[in-house]
Amino acid sequence: MTGQTAISTDATAPSRSQIDTVLRAILRDVLGLEEAQVEEFSGDTGLFGHLPELDSMAVAGLLTEMEDRLGIVIEDEDVDGEMLETYGGLLAFAEAKSVES
Amino acid sequence: MTLYDSWRPPLPSGKRTEEIVLRFDRAREPRLLLLPPLFDEHNKTRHQCVEIMRKLDEAGVDSFLPDLPGCNESLAPLESQSLTLWREAAHEALALFRCSHVLAIRGGALLAPPRTPAFFYTPAQGKPLLRAMLRARTIAAREAGREEKAETLLAQGREQGLELAGWPLGAAMIRELEAAEPAIGPETRLIEQVELGGSPLWLRAEPDDDPRQAEALARIVAAGMLAA
Repeated sequence: MTGQTAISTDATAPSRSQIDTVLRAILRDVLGLEEAQVEEFSGDTGLFGHLPELDSMAVAGLLTEMEDRLGIVIEDEDVDGEMLETYGGLLAFAEAKSVES
Repeated sequence: MTLYDSWRPPLPSGKRTEEIVLRFDRAREPRLLLLPPLFDEHNKTRHQCVEIMRKLDEAGVDSFLPDLPGCNESLAPLESQSLTLWREAAHEALALFRCSHVLAIRGGALLAPPRTPAFFYTPAQGKPLLRAMLRARTIAAREAGREEKAETLLAQGREQGLELAGWPLGAAMIRELEAAEPAIGPETRLIEQVELGGSPLWLRAEPDDDPRQAEALARIVAAGMLAA
């Protein structure tokens, strides 16, 4: 919908680095960061619970964008503190979901 | 030029309420009604909407941003509003301010009067807007150690209304949002984010503005209106 970085839907399972790129682009948009800043995110970089601006509404927007741009469906039951807490957790979740879909 | 004025949109009771309208009115011919995003996305983009109006003013276009009942500075209770009522208010505003065109952003496109020349910037359907708000509520509940299910909440909301992410929505609003689609016709010019550059401001965790995006959007809208 936004015309931002997205994975084409006709591709077979997207590669790890593709998912990583899309996820960083979404976080850049949500957090209003420069590309260089999100490039510095590591697996341990704290997200929900660590960044005060990332409230429940912002997280909801983030998950909706992940669904749109990664072509995945995120169920209520999937969403827990662990997957949202760090960049590594979110990336691992997105990868697992992409394999499923 | 007075930036703020008031207008009297309809209420569900059949009465009217007094609301604010922000306007850049120099009695020029191209006149535009701005329908901003809804709920949380409205808050995130309020500054940007005003920025867009300033750029339109510089480009020779008059523009009007009326508060709908229950929105922005309105004292009317949000829980008694509905999309139907807001559509009626938008339709009245179009005539009252003698606007030839509409610029609708995100959920604002759900309120655009049909068969009116319009620019829809990244229009949104109602369902995903509702879904994001339901999700925000279940995430917040989980943080607080409560377990809530979106489906159960939604069933409750359809009957009794529901407070979602701080927004008290009535049953009519929830039922209408579930089905609402922007009416895109031959008179609609769709504007995608890529045309403006930058990233979508309604997605930001914190409200923000971007003068370059506002400039790009105003240029597209002004060119379209002045050519018409």
